[in-house]
Amino acid sequence: MSVATQSTAVRTGRAGRALIVTVLIFFALFYLLPLGVMVINSLKPLPEITGGNMMALPQEPTLEPWRSAWSTAQIGVQATGLKPYFLNSILMVVPAVAISTMLGALNGYVLTKWRFPGHRWVFGLLLFSCFIPFQIVLIPMARLLGLMGLAGSLPGLILVHVVYGIGFSTLYFRNYYAAFPTELVRAAMIDGAGFFRIFWRIMLPVSGPIAVVCIIWQFTNIWNDFLFGVSFAGLDAMPMTVALNNLVQSSTGVREYNVHFAAAILAALPTLIVYIVAGRYFVRGLMAGSVKG
Amino acid sequence: MRVLNRLMMSAAVAVASAGAASAAEVEVLHWWTAGGEAAALNVLKQDLEGQGITWRDMPVAGGGGEAAMTALRARVTAGDAPTAVQVLGFDLLDWTEQGDVLANLDEVATAGNWDAVIPAALQRFSKPGDHWVAAPVNVHSTNWVWANKAVLDELGIAQPTTWDEFIAALQKAKDAGKVALAHGGQPWQEATIFDSAVLASGGPEFYQKSMIDLDPEALGSDQMVAAFDKMEQLRGFVDDNFSGRDWNLASAMVINGEAAFQIMGDWAKGEFLNAGKKPGTDFLCFRVPGTEGTVTFNSDQFMMFRQDDPEATKAQMAMAAAIESPEFQVAFNTVKGSVPARTDVPDTEFDDCGKKGMADLKAASEAGTLLGSMGHGHANPAAVKNAMYDVITAHFNGEYDSRQAAEELVNAVEGAQ
Amino acid sequence: MSAEAMPAATSRADLRGRLQDWLPRLVLSPSVAAMLVFVYGFIAYTIYLSFTGSKMLPSYDWVGFDNYRRLFGLSAWTTALVNLGIFASLYILISVAIGLMLAIFLDQKIRAEGGLRAIYLYPMALSFIVTGTAWKWLLDPGIGIENTMHLWGWESFRFDWIKDRDMAIYTLVIAAVWQSSGFVMAMFLAGLRGIDNEILKAAQIDGASNLSLYRRIVIPMLRPAFLSAFVILAHLAIKSYDLVIALTGGGPGRATELPATFMYSYTFTRNQMGVGAASAVIMLMGVASVIVPYIYAEMRQGDDR
Repeated sequence: MSVATQSTAVRTGRAGRALIVTVLIFFALFYLLPLGVMVINSLKPLPEITGGNMMALPQEPTLEPWRSAWSTAQIGVQATGLKPYFLNSILMVVPAVAISTMLGALNGYVLTKWRFPGHRWVFGLLLFSCFIPFQIVLIPMARLLGLMGLAGSLPGLILVHVVYGIGFSTLYFRNYYAAFPTELVRAAMIDGAGFFRIFWRIMLPVSGPIAVVCIIWQFTNIWNDFLFGVSFAGLDAMPMTVALNNLVQSSTGVREYNVHFAAAILAALPTLIVYIVAGRYFVRGLMAGSVKG
Repeated sequence: MRVLNRLMMSAAVAVASAGAASAAEVEVLHWWTAGGEAAALNVLKQDLEGQGITWRDMPVAGGGGEAAMTALRARVTAGDAPTAVQVLGFDLLDWTEQGDVLANLDEVATAGNWDAVIPAALQRFSKPGDHWVAAPVNVHSTNWVWANKAVLDELGIAQPTTWDEFIAALQKAKDAGKVALAHGGQPWQEATIFDSAVLASGGPEFYQKSMIDLDPEALGSDQMVAAFDKMEQLRGFVDDNFSGRDWNLASAMVINGEAAFQIMGDWAKGEFLNAGKKPGTDFLCFRVPGTEGTVTFNSDQFMMFRQDDPEATKAQMAMAAAIESPEFQVAFNTVKGSVPARTDVPDTEFDDCGKKGMADLKAASEAGTLLGSMGHGHANPAAVKNAMYDVITAHFNGEYDSRQAAEELVNAVEGAQ
Repeated sequence: MSAEAMPAATSRADLRGRLQDWLPRLVLSPSVAAMLVFVYGFIAYTIYLSFTGSKMLPSYDWVGFDNYRRLFGLSAWTTALVNLGIFASLYILISVAIGLMLAIFLDQKIRAEGGLRAIYLYPMALSFIVTGTAWKWLLDPGIGIENTMHLWGWESFRFDWIKDRDMAIYTLVIAAVWQSSGFVMAMFLAGLRGIDNEILKAAQIDGASNLSLYRRIVIPMLRPAFLSAFVILAHLAIKSYDLVIALTGGGPGRATELPATFMYSYTFTRNQMGVGAASAVIMLMGVASVIVPYIYAEMRQGDDR
């Protein structure tokens, strides 16, 4: 496994390099465009948006939309802004990511180092679950949650996210651990180390790179989820995406686009930060695990 | 499989004992989630809190209540139905068919004289059987035209009174380089216009026969072809970029003088008022020419789920009573742009458009020309409505000519029933 | 080495040993149980529902293949299937192409690599609930890119696909590619970094040109990355729902309906749950036919190391 910062040994001429840089910059602009539109318009007063060119820079920049989106915008009957829902999302996303990642690690460990007859089928079963369209699970899931007494509650919502996160987290860890030398596990076993001991002492310490990949993946998916949040969260656990939708999608109300954009960026901030901060580890983690055989 | 199946079987039954809200609180699922209308609902919340009742808010926006209905189904299936839910027309009837799950509001209704003051056309939904199960909050009507007065004055256009005058006025605006008709190409917006097109082409009886009774003969008749022809006429006055546009942006085009007219329900008034425009001086509101005397309405209602806990029932009844109190009706509807659901509320607090709306409602209710809006789920069930949307939108986008569209409409309605 | 034999080799006849034998299976069992209920149980339930006359809530009157007959009588369903075909193939193809190109370019010792990588990657962090309005504006000819080009003096510039029923589906591809091609880039970049530079140097000494170097040596070595990218993209394509709702709402007309939006609207807004369930079953069958071969390959993979 080589170091992530190591680039290719291929050499390119000056003209080729100029072309490469141009293409890279062009795509950087393309990727930045929607975010740019959002940032620019979130800084304008409303009349400047409805009355003017939506791509123009703000004439009289204002932070008022941001303040409104965060703490005073009307969401439902309360004028609270997005602030209280932020905590709800955190309370949902942290346990859901932690549990599904942990389960994925354990599953991957069993499926590679403690194989039993039929282990492949079990893996196949888990993997197919990644592809189930979430729309079909709503009604039966609601009924089961109701029977378990978890309807409209935070634990219920966490359960749903964990269940549908297991497939991908198992895939990541299984592929990563498959590349880990089984001899080391065997040697530990001969030394008398048990199942969990080997997991804690040998597997977990080397799992950093893939854990980063898995956590980023789960965090983004769960944070951005709307369908489960709106159906299963209930009153006190409503996540940020549902609140954002309430702010933005109101059907017959006046649309304050500047506040909407500010709110959208606020709602996306945690995932953005995770991607930007963890981006370099992300490539390293992918390199170490999931894209290799 | 079998076990799971049995679990699911009990889902619909479990609803009956659903009430999850505990003592002296109401849980309210609605989609008035932002801006002024959410603030208006706060009036009701404060009223109830004054009576010692806690309001637990469950706002879900999106698609004119579609997301809220999905959330409601999840809640009910889980056996955790809210106290009160904002619903529209036929969704209410669909829920009454799910067995004995709704509350009985008769006592409050009798005390508030609802039978006499709430229009019969609304009672069809709020009192589907022998009992009141929902409290109507407001009445919106869809056959309104919103016009920029300055543009009309500048072009020398008088307020049109017949369909032909309306078309002539649109033509004049178009010739002057304006967008004649501001419109957003979304199925429900086209269906909103279609309400008026049907009325203008065949009058209230035809509307009743085709849109509400779903008579196949009426649906495929020449009058229906004529209604589609009217849609085609209007299509000619819409700008090129209409498809997918939100209705608020279409209103904004009228507000800033880019466009002359918009056909939209009375919620559009809020956009004009919010932009600092005055009814009568800056903008005009009038019934779609050719539909005067008839009102196509949609009404937001709070449907109540039966509660087990007597305390919760008491809170629920208090909520129902508060909704129909004249004070709330005035406070809410002046903000929302709609008119009160009861006809005995004084109109002094309302602006000119609101006053006209209230007078029209009363007159139409008495004349029997207060008709449920197809575009907003008050004429026929969701499956039929959406099937009609498909045909109307396809025709508006040029997929069918008017004759084909009428034929397709017959097929679509038949297929959806 | 036979992995299956491993626990048995160390097991002793005492209790602890037997526990050790069962422990792995025990650890795995909650996940398996959850999958059996929440995935396969629900799929079975959906299949059952598709044969009933369910409307607003599930009901249990058997109607045979009625729902399937109705489903295939609906032109919107055919449109949705065709759209998914167009959308998924273009989306996967273009995302892979752009991702691969950016990865290769970024691998050429570019100075600002870190920053560029973050820019390429960030769209994956955002859902279309967040970026939907911005995309709608950009694609709207009246206010977005087309209008801006006009203001900048390029009067003949046309970009009104989202208003055109034949072209609107391609605007969905653009936005979807925007979201995930950076992610694909990261996967390929990781794959490239895993290739031993000695091999490349040796090939260069043998006189291979850059182009043939990549075509003959590098790209074949990225096979695992191609597979992973395919799975992730296929999964996103099938689940594309927010994208359609945010950008076109299925319009103009119903020209950009996808199976996921179709299924949702019949199940939840049109109160025809039976038809919705039937469409879900067809969709699952389609998914299975694409994914099962991959899963089968994945299951066999890494066995003999």
